[in-house]
Amino acid sequence: MVSASPNGPASPRGQTLLLDGITQRYGASLAVNEVTLDIRGGELVALLGPSGCGKTTLLRIIAGFLAQTKGHVMVGGKSVDGLPPNRRSVGIVFQNYALFPHMTVEENVAYGLDARGVDRATQRSEAQRMLDLVKLGHLGDRTPRQLSGGQQQRVALARALAVNPSILLLDEPFAALDKNLRLDMQIEVKRIQRLSGITTILVTHDQEEALSMADRVAVLSQGRLEQFSPPTEIYDAPDSLFVNTFVGSANLLGGVLVDSDRSAGRVRLDAGGLIETRAPKGDLRPGSRVTVCLRPEHLSVDPATGDAETLNGVVEMGLPLGATVVHEIRVGDGTAVKVSEPRIQRTDLLAPGTPVRLAPVAPRLASVFAAA
Amino acid sequence: MAATLRDVTTYDLKLAAPLAAGFILFFVTPLVILLALSFQTDPQGGHYGLTQYVAFLGDSFSLGVLGSTLWLGVKVTVLTLLLGYPVAWLHQRSPAWARGLIMLLVLLPLLTSVVVRTFAWVVILGRQGIVNATLAWIGLIDTPLKLLYTEGGVVVALAQVQMPLMVLPIITALSRIDPNFADASSVLGAGHWRTFRKVILPLSLPGIVAGCLLTYAAAITAFITQSLIGGGQMLFMPMYIYQQASTLQNWPFAAAISIVFLVSVLVVVSIFNALGRLSRGYANA
Ligand SMILES: Nc1ncnc2c1ncn2[C@@H]1O[C@H](COP(=O)(O)OP(=O)(O)OP(=O)(O)O)[C@@H](O)[C@H]1O
Ligand SMILES: [Mg+2]
Repeated sequence: MVSASPNGPASPRGQTLLLDGITQRYGASLAVNEVTLDIRGGELVALLGPSGCGKTTLLRIIAGFLAQTKGHVMVGGKSVDGLPPNRRSVGIVFQNYALFPHMTVEENVAYGLDARGVDRATQRSEAQRMLDLVKLGHLGDRTPRQLSGGQQQRVALARALAVNPSILLLDEPFAALDKNLRLDMQIEVKRIQRLSGITTILVTHDQEEALSMADRVAVLSQGRLEQFSPPTEIYDAPDSLFVNTFVGSANLLGGVLVDSDRSAGRVRLDAGGLIETRAPKGDLRPGSRVTVCLRPEHLSVDPATGDAETLNGVVEMGLPLGATVVHEIRVGDGTAVKVSEPRIQRTDLLAPGTPVRLAPVAPRLASVFAAA
Repeated sequence: MAATLRDVTTYDLKLAAPLAAGFILFFVTPLVILLALSFQTDPQGGHYGLTQYVAFLGDSFSLGVLGSTLWLGVKVTVLTLLLGYPVAWLHQRSPAWARGLIMLLVLLPLLTSVVVRTFAWVVILGRQGIVNATLAWIGLIDTPLKLLYTEGGVVVALAQVQMPLMVLPIITALSRIDPNFADASSVLGAGHWRTFRKVILPLSLPGIVAGCLLTYAAAITAFITQSLIGGGQMLFMPMYIYQQASTLQNWPFAAAISIVFLVSVLVVVSIFNALGRLSRGYANA
């Protein structure tokens, strides 16, 4: 039942997980709406989205705490829809860890093995092995309350992994940790996930965490799947205006589509100037109103030329932020545009009131969506 | 300046003076008088000595009354726990509207007078009472069962009367348990029963101990219910003390058995408290 080696042939780890048209209805409201995710074995997928978008609901459906209104959950190609949580072979790390306070660390880790009828000696050695894996082998006799937050989290991870689950679910596991510890634990979890090759779902509303840890990111909004892509694609080629603004920061500028083909488009901005963009999303004809998204690092601030056919503006404020300098520029149509430049390139801050011209640092960086 | 920076956790002891005075006047003083009285060798006054205690402890009848009273408390506590825990658990598991209803039913005994409640039990348990009438109607019995004036009757009636004292602390303890614990347990492979036995039950132990303590203390001192349901044949400590003091006017002996009863109860309470302290380790996680 529990194989001795982490990647033994009998190991159920690295199973595929298919969420097929999952819908969850609470009364009249839809918490999850037709979400389909095809997750590869051993992949680490982040569920990213604002509060209330249905992340926890989706996780509870996968774990079996909640029976979905519609759709199917398939693990390793087999439906688990009718199975209760204790027969699903899923591991969970809760946001508050939920370590049993009346048991020692070792008893916590051995709990799942005990429930599976594994004998005492194997329980002990297996628990010790898991604790060693999370580098807490020396703290087995403590109670959870005698541990720091980061240590408790490691125990929770060891407890979840000890039963050799097919799928590991992490519900905002780093939210309660301070910033430095969070980074350490993110690296640690990633290391253990790679080592065990277990298919993992990480719920988070921290976009940096999602982008840095996940193989693919699923962005959810109001119960709907907005995009399911590798992190760089989520950032560089967002499928929707929501993804573009929720992940990273973006300047939104109104304009009119001049022309477009499969690889690029051109937009005349209301604030002035013509800009070359990525191919517009959706079926947009020349002449349609569009919203152009430009990330702060996509622009540079150049001296004003007096040419009316460029994107001109006036400096409102300059902020040196460590490695970068951020300027806020008020452009022609009154929009405030943030521009972030490496400090190596711009050593001086521009004084408020300076007239400037904004130019893309490269062509076809901006995304174009139909105007909202 | 210094006054405003005063530590708010320290209070002026003078503020406690009225309460302290009341406590000394109405609690400590009578207790001291009781203690003094218990050492009188004779109801008419006279010498001081251990005569009354020797009489009590050497008398198998008296020891029997003490023993059966303490044992009655154990039976009532166990029955109340067995009936009360599921009620508390049900309350915890129910939707909001049902919780209100359960809470009302649990609190109802507290809202009626003990005498009324006890007479209700007399009606229920009597020879022509509800229980006997129903059993006869179904055809299970020909002659009425003796339910009233039995120890079983006393235990059942006391269990009902003291139910809130058991249920409320357990509800509190259960509501403090993180619902994620049960989810964590089940996802680790445990069924409902294992989850209950290994996680919920140990974590609700502080509530169980508190509930048992309150129920026990209330059950062994429940003068009215004990005497009305128990009738004349059964004698428990509160009635025994009352008889000695009021009927026989043997105040020194009444005082002595009161003190013995008090000490016995204190011993039981300390045992419960020790258990409570052990279990409290689990409670605040
Ligand atoms: N038991 C419930 N009954 C009714 N509505 C619910 C219930 N649980 C969740 N919801 C609703 O479903 C939606 C999704 O909730 P969910 O907890 O999945 O959000 P989330 O993405 O995890 O948010 P957060 O980041 O705040 O944890 C929310 O609008 C929430 O109000
Ligand atoms: Mg959530």
